[in-house]
Amino acid sequence: MKLDFESEKPIYLQISDQIEDAVFTRAFEEETQIPSTTEISTAFKINPATVLKGMNQLVDNGIIYKKRGVGMFVRKGAQDKIRTKRQQQFFENYVETLIAEAGKLGITRQELVALIERGFEK
Amino acid sequence: MNGIEVKAVSKSFQHVKALNSVTLTFKENKIYGLLGRNGAGKSTLLNIITNRLFSDSGTVLVDGERASENDTAQQKIFLMSEATLYPDTMRVSDAFNWTKEFYGFFDSGYAESLCKEFGLSPKKKIKELSTGYRSIFKIVTALSVNAPYILLDEPVLGLDANHRDLFYKLLLKNYADNPRTFVISTHLIEEVSSVIEDIVIIKEGEIIKNQSCEELLKAGYTVTGAASDIDRYTAGKNVIGVDVLGGLKSAYILGEPDKSVSSGSLEFSRLDLQRLFIQLTNS
Repeated sequence: MKLDFESEKPIYLQISDQIEDAVFTRAFEEETQIPSTTEISTAFKINPATVLKGMNQLVDNGIIYKKRGVGMFVRKGAQDKIRTKRQQQFFENYVETLIAEAGKLGITRQELVALIERGFEK
Repeated sequence: MNGIEVKAVSKSFQHVKALNSVTLTFKENKIYGLLGRNGAGKSTLLNIITNRLFSDSGTVLVDGERASENDTAQQKIFLMSEATLYPDTMRVSDAFNWTKEFYGFFDSGYAESLCKEFGLSPKKKIKELSTGYRSIFKIVTALSVNAPYILLDEPVLGLDANHRDLFYKLLLKNYADNPRTFVISTHLIEEVSSVIEDIVIIKEGEIIKNQSCEELLKAGYTVTGAASDIDRYTAGKNVIGVDVLGGLKSAYILGEPDKSVSSGSLEFSRLDLQRLFIQLTNS
């Protein structure tokens, strides 16, 4: 986990993003426990309320759930859920920015398509 | 109501008004940052709460009870002050024992383990300690007292980077194991900004900010880019500071970033709290 204290993005959102990433890459497997609020709080010197806010976001999104008296666990099916969400965001996050940047650089539509083809052949 | 309630407290020293009708609440189980420049009134406020100074007017309540000249209320608060109140020739371990006598709930085993972590020998006399280790001695004492309200006046004074890091970690661990209220007075705003939940800024004896740290961070942002782009972008905006490095410029702005202005070189990042603090507290 790596937090950027200079970033415009609030720390609690960075925490939920990073945990989500860890679930997606299977660093945190489904039905296993993730690090506790206290562990994250002391490791990164962040107020536990901030950590909790980030975790609650993931609880609301159905990525993790709370086992009373034990801690937070990755929900079954969380990985698929994240994949679906990211596929939906792929267009705006990558395709739109790619086209915008290509436009700034004076790369034409045909050239861009050719570049993508080249990327696949590599 | 639980918490420390400060109501319309004023205090003057001769002709200087140290606190001017200060009203605020330190709620249960929260970590607060109390920020202000030297002489802003931070220590005066903490000393009035702990009955070491008398206010000219106003009241302080601890869990609904009057704080001044009330032992039951004072037993709930521990103040780590800049002044060392123990005799110089006393050994660290004896000072711990005295604190135990006085407060009745001092965790000696925990204090010992903290001494080990910081490399503080309990056999040393207080007068033999360096500035940094004097702070460490006071930090260890404060964290080991099991009072519900712990006030830390300049806790990191003279501490090196490693020890400051260790202090914040131990503080958060302590807070997780035993939730209570911590008030940290400091002027190192960037360093505590992620540790504290709420921030109180005091200027010339008055409270000028009292809100969650997250809210305060949302009050502004930094934008960096080519000087000409920045100049165009900042026109008509509330700029609180500018840094120039060759053709590069960083502007610190209050308000919401305006991303509709598409200019290639602009990069947005978080508000610089130290800069905001300087701007807010400049007289």
